[in-house]
Amino acid sequence: MTLTIDGVYKQFGRFPALTGISLDVRDGEFISLLGPSGSGKTTLLRVLAGLDRPDHGCVFLNGVDFLALSARERRIGLVFQQYALFRHMTVARNIAFGLEVRPRATRPSRAAIQARVSELLALTQIEGLGDRYPAQLSGGQRQRVAVARALAVEPQLLLLDEPFGALDAKVRKELRGELRRIHDATGVTTILVTHDQEEAMALADRVVLMNQGRIEQIGSPAELDTAPASPFVFTFLGETNRLPCEVTAGAARFEGFVAPVISPAGAADGRATALFRPEDTRLDAGPHAEGLPVRIVEIRGRGSLRLVECQALSGHRLVAELSEAAAGAFEAGQRVRLTARRVVIDTVAAARPDWNPEAGGRGAPAAAAH
Amino acid sequence: MIPRGLEHRRVNSPTAVILVTLALAWLALIIGAPLATVVVEAFGKGLDAFLAAFREPDALASIRLTLLVAAIAVPLNAAFGLAAAWSIARFEFRGKAALLTLIDLPLSMSPVVAGLVWVLLFGARGWFGPLLEVAGVKVIFAVPGIILGTILVTVPLIARELIPLMTEQGADEELAATTLGAGGWTVFRRVTLPNIRWALLHGVLLCNARAMGEFGAVSVVSGHIRGLTETLPLHVEALYNDYDFVGAFSAATLLAGLAVVTLVAKTVLEQLIRAGQAVKPAQELAIP
Repeated sequence: MTLTIDGVYKQFGRFPALTGISLDVRDGEFISLLGPSGSGKTTLLRVLAGLDRPDHGCVFLNGVDFLALSARERRIGLVFQQYALFRHMTVARNIAFGLEVRPRATRPSRAAIQARVSELLALTQIEGLGDRYPAQLSGGQRQRVAVARALAVEPQLLLLDEPFGALDAKVRKELRGELRRIHDATGVTTILVTHDQEEAMALADRVVLMNQGRIEQIGSPAELDTAPASPFVFTFLGETNRLPCEVTAGAARFEGFVAPVISPAGAADGRATALFRPEDTRLDAGPHAEGLPVRIVEIRGRGSLRLVECQALSGHRLVAELSEAAAGAFEAGQRVRLTARRVVIDTVAAARPDWNPEAGGRGAPAAAAH
Repeated sequence: MIPRGLEHRRVNSPTAVILVTLALAWLALIIGAPLATVVVEAFGKGLDAFLAAFREPDALASIRLTLLVAAIAVPLNAAFGLAAAWSIARFEFRGKAALLTLIDLPLSMSPVVAGLVWVLLFGARGWFGPLLEVAGVKVIFAVPGIILGTILVTVPLIARELIPLMTEQGADEELAATTLGAGGWTVFRRVTLPNIRWALLHGVLLCNARAMGEFGAVSVVSGHIRGLTETLPLHVEALYNDYDFVGAFSAATLLAGLAVVTLVAKTVLEQLIRAGQAVKPAQELAIP
């Protein structure tokens, strides 16, 4: 059961929502469509659900032309951010809906429907709530009902549109684990739309990172982490420090240290802006230490981790993420040397004529805006 | 002992007593007295005289006509209201704001104008008058004109109940039902309609009350032909002008009774709607 998306374009007025999306999804795979708002991820989901028609391109499921089918005929399970439960029906009736509306010839018997509802209540761990109305449930319980309702029709594809967006952080984490468990138990091919990179990376077999209607990168969470295809991917997936450098022979040279460039492969020689993660940033206070001379401005706590904010002589602010124990050696106001373990070269910023190394601070928003 | 919170709501300060008394007295004068007068005058010459007023063929004809007009105008407006609310709440299109304003127009327009426009269109000297005369169809000073006038006046009543509700509820439930394999009619019958049923009924009640009680627009297009084109409100006026007070007030009692029934039903419905909304926070609190 493979899903093939080939060259899909979709324009809303003058806004290009999808510009040539191609993607193959394997049977039973868990895919995350990740991206900032306006990246086209929800539009792609709506195209798959049959709620929007693409202007060009094809979608095939097992060789069947999916675009020729209406939303009603596609047999997909769709889960919304705002649950969209039928508010005047009990939980059990909500779950049974997809089976009850089938034409008489293919409709299961009353007993079979009831058995299926109990099975799904158990799978989503909401046994005992069958007689409640949606208004009587918590947000997390409602989303469990929505998933159970979508699974009742044994969908060929399970599509989830920001399903945890309306839930608080604790419930979100709990439901995240549940969703993966349900996916593994049912084996249904699942596509999850989210703007939360942590969620996408934690859940998916493969992450499809989208930006401005294009796919920036497709890969396993580990691949995205170690081999980001573009500065956008790198900045979107985590915090970044920004620092001007000189690229020569695939290495980034900074004042006091040299770091390997992990992306892009074969970065052109010359001046550029390097991006690197706080967790890839090291500090050394030793008398003979090498690295960029910086002064520690502030040390903030975060669980067993410490964020050490430093300022270079050039004015750039850089953050190092250290363990509680490692950070114990430092204090605010101290002068230390900073090095980066690996960097990504932001060629877009370097090519800009108004490029000014003094103006570059740290921060993902500036990079995401390119 | 009365709980602290409730103590404050008791009417015990002199200002509160005076204000409440004034409000009640004003309502008694403005609404209670006229209503009482209607009933007293209607039964002034005994129950027989009251019932005799309804044995009149003209009275029966006016009741029949009023029911007929409402029976046609209300379903048409319900269908239009549903269609208008559906399109406004579910789709983006050019002229949406204009449509919304247009739906509201009859509310701000004098009913006399609502009658007059039909005369200008279909009257003997109206735009389509000659055409209708050739075809042998009578609209003005006939039942079709009365129905048109009533529909125009009552057009906003159902649509305005549904538009805000359907906009607020959004289309997600309908989309979910569609992807679960439900056809258009099933979605409407099993998802859309149950979600708007109380608001729809509320609108139908208001529309019905207005359709049966409408005077201005109907008066312009009716022609006041006794037994043929007089609705109940017109019949009341005609009897009154003939100094048949018992008859006039008897018919008026019927109209006032209709208003009271509508009011009670409306209050019950509003409580049902509120209960439907209130179940949410109240029940959520009960969950640990």
